[in-house]
Amino acid sequence: MSFNGVKGKALKAAFPYTIPIFTGFWFLGMVYGIYMNVSGFSFLYPLFMSMVIFGGSLEFVNVSMLMAPFAPVQTFVMALMIQARHLFYGLSMLDKYKNMGIKKLYLIFALCDETFSINCTVDVPKDVNKGWFFFFVSLLNQCYWVIGSTMGGLLGNLVNFKTNGIEFVMTAMFVVIFLEQWLKEKKHYTAIIGLVSSIVCLVLFGSQNFIIPTMILILGFLTILRGPITKAGGLA
Amino acid sequence: MSIYEQIITIALCASATMLTRFLPFMVFNSKLKTPAYVEYLGKALPSPTFALLVIYCLKDVSILTGTHGIPELIAIAVVIGLHLWKRQMFLSIAGGTILYMVLIQFVFV
Repeated sequence: MSFNGVKGKALKAAFPYTIPIFTGFWFLGMVYGIYMNVSGFSFLYPLFMSMVIFGGSLEFVNVSMLMAPFAPVQTFVMALMIQARHLFYGLSMLDKYKNMGIKKLYLIFALCDETFSINCTVDVPKDVNKGWFFFFVSLLNQCYWVIGSTMGGLLGNLVNFKTNGIEFVMTAMFVVIFLEQWLKEKKHYTAIIGLVSSIVCLVLFGSQNFIIPTMILILGFLTILRGPITKAGGLA
Repeated sequence: MSIYEQIITIALCASATMLTRFLPFMVFNSKLKTPAYVEYLGKALPSPTFALLVIYCLKDVSILTGTHGIPELIAIAVVIGLHLWKRQMFLSIAGGTILYMVLIQFVFV
């Protein structure tokens, strides 16, 4: 591949945009890999999961799913719920990803939060091929994540301190994302709906069975309160 | 969980993910207007989903026994404090996690 060809030019243009993701994905990916390793899984798990799922939140949750009793329906519904936001990334990218040929399949496959945030907002320089630019942003980001998590899975063996409590990294990550959502909202209706529904269902149904009732309750509240929530504005 | 059940679990997660990524491109084209309700859910769902995930992480914390959820409470407060202070995602996550590990290994043993 010539670095002055269409692809080389697109790669060179794409790389700087992915540098912030580079640091983030290596850090979180490594921690995720170490977490899998100390939970008793070989590095092949983070390697394959990062290749076929490529979604950090779900991959973290997947660790506890793999350690719990087999529950296919709950797994699928929970995965849908965690990943539902991708539906809206897709909707926002319908136009941008038009006429991309076969590359489009990979662009859609790898449309994670971070890739979306770049490809949705970036102004691709005029002399750079858009399709290949989007392609390299997606590919670089996935490489960072796959390599980071696989290295974590391998290095987990070398960790020579007690790792008890490392699973808290998942809690901390979701607290931070939730807080970011909270700060973006003008009124906190939807955030409060989420907290109240989850806690009520956890108390009523217990820790093994509360996910699906919670999701139904959240959807119900959002549907009934659509008027006031829309009026309050500031939804992220 | 057997290896087959593990493979099915991972495959289900991958399929659910791909469903959410591919569906919009299969159902809508850019000329067709997205239904307003779907658009609304897109904006309204992320907050409650992450609230659910926070509670999911804490689902096995017992308030009545053991350490009464105190280490979790302290660590979450520190994550929030760090994040409001510096707004650096990795600092908040790393700080909270390291503190939690120290708490359950050395303080609340």
